[in-house]
Amino acid sequence: MLRDDLDLDKEYALSANHDEEHGKVLRKKIWKVTIILTAITIVEVITGGSIKQFYEGVPNDSWWIIKWGFIFLTLVKAGYIVLSFMHLGDERKNFRYMVLGPYILFIVYLIFHLFTEATYWGEIIHQ
Amino acid sequence: MAGHSEKVDSATLWGGGGSPFRLSYGKQWMWFFLVSDALTFGGLLCTYGYFRHQYGDWPIGEEVFNAMPFLGNGFPLLYVALMTFILIVSSVTMVLAVEAGHRLDKKAVIKWLTLTVIGGAFFVGSQAWEWYHFIHGSHYGVILTPELMNDGWATIREVVGGGFSLDYGHGQMITDPALVSQYMAEPLGAIQGANMIENEYAPMIPQFGNLFFFITGFHGFHVLSGVVINLIILINVKKGVYDERGHFEMVEKVGLYWHFVDLVWVFVFTFFYLV
Repeated sequence: MLRDDLDLDKEYALSANHDEEHGKVLRKKIWKVTIILTAITIVEVITGGSIKQFYEGVPNDSWWIIKWGFIFLTLVKAGYIVLSFMHLGDERKNFRYMVLGPYILFIVYLIFHLFTEATYWGEIIHQ
Repeated sequence: MAGHSEKVDSATLWGGGGSPFRLSYGKQWMWFFLVSDALTFGGLLCTYGYFRHQYGDWPIGEEVFNAMPFLGNGFPLLYVALMTFILIVSSVTMVLAVEAGHRLDKKAVIKWLTLTVIGGAFFVGSQAWEWYHFIHGSHYGVILTPELMNDGWATIREVVGGGFSLDYGHGQMITDPALVSQYMAEPLGAIQGANMIENEYAPMIPQFGNLFFFITGFHGFHVLSGVVINLIILINVKKGVYDERGHFEMVEKVGLYWHFVDLVWVFVFTFFYLV
């Protein structure tokens, strides 16, 4: 069976096979991303294990900085996995936006609605 | 006139000759599947966020998940960090297998794919242990006392040198032996472990256990299917199916699924264990 993507058009960025020299460059990039992901995880675990949300029942006032730091680091990790490991960064721009755009839009919408509703509902219950 | 169509000028219009995304249909549909799966996980994690925002108070990851196999308690987040690390490493071995596939290096594909399967199997086993530990709970469980801290719920802890203390979480303890034994003799309520109705980690929030079971369970099922799919592809590679085709694109497609499983875990790790 003739496959249009492989047989007719040899210019597909990722379907095309590559040589040893190009592979070396790619492997170097893979190891670099590995080190970054590992370092982020280590920093997260050390921070999570050493800084407490409560000290003898008293809330830690600067916990929100840690919390947003965790969320930021998570998004950095997710970005590396999607764009580098899943090669979305090497795909065509229109495909990249088609995958990420609607998803991010919908999730931000969902977070906004659910969290607004939940906070309001929680206030009623606690009254 | 039927059957006639105007000739498309290939310089200006897409004549249907190739993919507008320059992707094979298999990879493209794998991406579409992953987007829909990501919506499911996004919905589940947003539900988790909904209940956290509603209750305001929520159990702290490092207080709930602080056990190591064979070593007992007192190791906040260490085991789950190890699990996370193993899943990331198995993602790395997968991307190396894909790279080796592009060089048509069958031996290297087999090596890296085998390591990926082993890493995934280790992760599934670790999650089974986590579940076992979560369901069985701490050694003595929690009891309800007439205190105001933590709505009166306290974890019973053994004190070195005999006796017990009551741990109300957030670093609040009752150590007075007379009071402790009085509360323990006549508890107003007791929970040990976790099920779909109640759990000792958040006695006032039954949804904590439900969400833990559903989200980590759904993710664990994804990991398990990923391991099985990787194993099938590994067998195909060994049998030489992809040598005949002249490309190892199937490795790349299952690789996308495997990276997605790792991606979901990154978020589960943050929202269940860290924040």
